[in-house]
Amino acid sequence: MINKIFESLQAAVADVHDGATVMIGGFGTAGMPSELIDALIEQGARELTIVNNNAGNGDIGLAALLKAKRVRKIICSFPRQTDSYVFDALYRAGEIELELVPQGNLAERIRAAGAGIGGFFTPTGYGTKLAEGKETRLIDGKHYVLEAPLHADFALIKAYKGDRWGNLVYRKTARNFGPIMASAAKTAIAQVTAVVPLGALDPEAIVTPGIFVQRVIEVPQAAHQSAATAA
Amino acid sequence: MKKLTRDEMARRVALDIPEGAYVNLGIGVPTLVANHLAADKEIFLHSENGLLGMGPAPAKGEEDDELINAGKQHVTLLTGGAYFHHADSFAMMRGGHLDFCVLGAFQVSAKGDLANWHTGAPDAIPAVGGAMDLAIGAKQVYVMMEHLTKQGESKIAAECTYPVTGVGCVNRIYTDLAMIDVTAQGLVVREIFSDIDFDALHKLTGVPLIDGTQTARAA
Repeated sequence: MINKIFESLQAAVADVHDGATVMIGGFGTAGMPSELIDALIEQGARELTIVNNNAGNGDIGLAALLKAKRVRKIICSFPRQTDSYVFDALYRAGEIELELVPQGNLAERIRAAGAGIGGFFTPTGYGTKLAEGKETRLIDGKHYVLEAPLHADFALIKAYKGDRWGNLVYRKTARNFGPIMASAAKTAIAQVTAVVPLGALDPEAIVTPGIFVQRVIEVPQAAHQSAATAA
Repeated sequence: MKKLTRDEMARRVALDIPEGAYVNLGIGVPTLVANHLAADKEIFLHSENGLLGMGPAPAKGEEDDELINAGKQHVTLLTGGAYFHHADSFAMMRGGHLDFCVLGAFQVSAKGDLANWHTGAPDAIPAVGGAMDLAIGAKQVYVMMEHLTKQGESKIAAECTYPVTGVGCVNRIYTDLAMIDVTAQGLVVREIFSDIDFDALHKLTGVPLIDGTQTARAA
């Protein structure tokens, strides 16, 4: 019997190695797998490369991981926010490397990795600082920039419901990067609000089929959910 | 000199968005446009973090931390709205499916280059978000900004002095003084909202402008 359900957060992240590339889902705190991140902090892996849309909010979740000095490099689109003071201080002190990627290119690079695409030409960023030094091409009269896929060793994501085969559904705008990160990582770890029996998820409505998900861990109530407020 | 308030600018932009349009309103002043869309028109608001059919802010106590917009503010979903993941969301832009986006700007060049993501200050922490995708990702890219900086310099410039967000991507500029189309012939002033005439506007702007205020708009 195949059972991807893990019984503890610690076990789910136990093999994250030093120097790993870890994708972390979420847009701000919506969809951020805070409990998995807390387990990763406790686990102790260092020199991580983190892929996320942002660079942490307040002192929780991703910000706490940064504060613990576990992150060597962050690949994101929007690090600077009203409550990104942890990242801001590390960046100004030269203690973290930043690769800034336009949000749609970030999403497509992740998608491309999961889909086995070796690179793609995108119009986003052409002629800007963020495309400097990159190969460009004129296709049907329009300028494009070559972008590379973005792979990861692990993805930590948050979904709403999951089953023992790893099938997932999400909740509202907490979906954001979850489905594509699951597909781009060698090991995708999903924390779900509820584990449901096989067959309980409508096959027509499953968003992430289990083939993309290696581990599922039930976290009944997302502890930091109420901390997310309007920016 | 008479100037439109930000709300009046938003009302003016909203008048040009037809029923059935798929629209992304950028963070900041452009979000005000939503307040002025006619209630009897069905217009689909897109938010790049994964929703179409975005509704107004929820009532106090009804906020859901998993239902937010690109500015990370609480919003609602209209009946018939949909959620999707980030790659699909940006495919909607890049793929040419969005009809309009309305963006704020530091500067727009006479050729329609947009600068709105980075001040270029050496100590600034850069952040781009979806700005570069939005700049090139709608059929019509509208900019909404004050005509002049606080120092009185025109924000419509021969060349952008701030780092650009997109090249030749802006179709129309709404300022607190005028509405100006970016065309192959140059910048065409369609309407003046102020009590100044074309020549005075031209002088303030400091780049070549074509007076299109008397001709009927093709669009």
